Amino acid sequence: MKKRVVLTFPKQTIEEPITYHLIRDYDLMVNILSAKVNPNEEGRMVIELSGRNKRMNNGIEYLKGLGVTIQSLAQDVTWDEQKCIHCTACISLCPSHALSVDRSQMLVSFNPDRCIVCGLCLKACPYHAIEIQF
Amino acid sequence: MQKTIAEINERIKKGDAVVVTAEEIIDIVDKKGVSQAAKDVDVVTTATFGPMCSSGFYFNFGHSKPRIRAQKVWLNNVPAYGGLAAVDAYLGATELPEDDPTNTIYPGAFKYGGAHVIEELVSGKAVQLKAISYGTDCYPRKEIETRISLNDMNEAVLFNPRNAYQNYNVATNCSDKVIYTYMGILQPRMGNANYSSAGQLSPLLNDPLYLTIGIGTRIFLGGGIGYVVWQGTQHNPCALRGENKVPKRGAGTLAVLGDLKQMSPAWLKGVSMIGYGVSMAVGIGVPIPILNEEICQFTAVRDAEIYAPVIDYSKTYPQMESDVLCEVNYSQLKSGSIIVNGKNIPTGGLSSYAKAREIANILKEWIKKGDFLLTEPVINLPSIDSGISLKPLNERG
Repeated sequence: MKKRVVLTFPKQTIEEPITYHLIRDYDLMVNILSAKVNPNEEGRMVIELSGRNKRMNNGIEYLKGLGVTIQSLAQDVTWDEQKCIHCTACISLCPSHALSVDRSQMLVSFNPDRCIVCGLCLKACPYHAIEIQF
Repeated sequence: MQKTIAEINERIKKGDAVVVTAEEIIDIVDKKGVSQAAKDVDVVTTATFGPMCSSGFYFNFGHSKPRIRAQKVWLNNVPAYGGLAAVDAYLGATELPEDDPTNTIYPGAFKYGGAHVIEELVSGKAVQLKAISYGTDCYPRKEIETRISLNDMNEAVLFNPRNAYQNYNVATNCSDKVIYTYMGILQPRMGNANYSSAGQLSPLLNDPLYLTIGIGTRIFLGGGIGYVVWQGTQHNPCALRGENKVPKRGAGTLAVLGDLKQMSPAWLKGVSMIGYGVSMAVGIGVPIPILNEEICQFTAVRDAEIYAPVIDYSKTYPQMESDVLCEVNYSQLKSGSIIVNGKNIPTGGLSSYAKAREIANILKEWIKKGDFLLTEPVINLPSIDSGISLKPLNERG
């Protein structure tokens, strides 16, 4: 089982070596896609977890026990097709190719499953067509 | 073979005119040859939809009772220029609200500006009008604040001094840090490259010597009807050209004008460029009458034959230097990557090719239905024999 999730953790858990425990105690593979962890602030990390179902659930329970909120990636980012003019300004910046172009029609599309919520497109889009909800 | 605009207009009125887009003409010329294509086709429609900073509208908002001269004017807190007659003003697309933090917290977001006010107005929304003045015997009032929509205005005229650039730079970043430019976010060490032209669909790239597009040319402008009223600012017809006469650098530009009240928010859109400012995406469509084989051959130009210079926007552009990293064509740019100094660089566009195609098709339908007749230019734009050269500013003490 493989799952991409956004973890938001309160500042008191910053000191907790979360990834270490997920790997060692729960035998999960952790791929950190993006992370923003500052002292005295809420931390945010986008990770890909893979491992057996039961271990995954235990790992998630462990995170919840620490007060970490877990969200699946797809709910986070929205692409508004009405606002998008298909200029392709976001395309060269998207590291995971979640935003891509059909080259014959030069039309942009968005695949939420590939998105790692880095937020680059959000800054690059001149038409505010991409939004992130936390 | 020679046709006249009058003859083409007769066919348009009868519903007999053959109208194709600047994409479709490529295949037609390929299959039939230019001679037959020039006989068969009457009009080729061209289009572009991208940020065009030198845009704005002038308006007259009517006299209040008692009257105010309106020395300074704001729409939704965005300053409009009031140095005209009483209750006339001009709002520029790139103007920012009085309280915008600009780049104080770098890079600034520039979420709202003149272009967004224009987009709201053409969407039918009312905006906040504020004006102040010093008071005169004939215009005693010193302040006014009210709501106003496009319908309330006597005139609202889009007037863009520099639009539809004939070709443009491809921007990249050779420095070690991210830069925020009017060409978008540019990643360090040539991490990406951005271009801004509709290429083979773009109006002036299909009429490179301005044989048909001139002053008085009727066009699709922002979803309504507009006109070319002059060459645009920085019109530079003597820029470097290829053997096919197509400019390889930014060259000609158009000044365009039209009734804002006819226009649509689909084709006039506020643009926020992070770290740079506000601009407006303007939709423009220009019909090219196929009067002879030469004009027909020009409209058959394809992306692979149109070259643009790759420029370093971390140094060359801001420092007014002239180095060009290399030239690439629009077929390469649209493929998603180009090669510069042996490095493969992903590309992004600022001008929407998909939307340009949509405009070219809308204009084609207008002409086919007989709703849109072609105009004879009153006078041609200055061309390669004009001797025009762009003057830099010489600072004097």
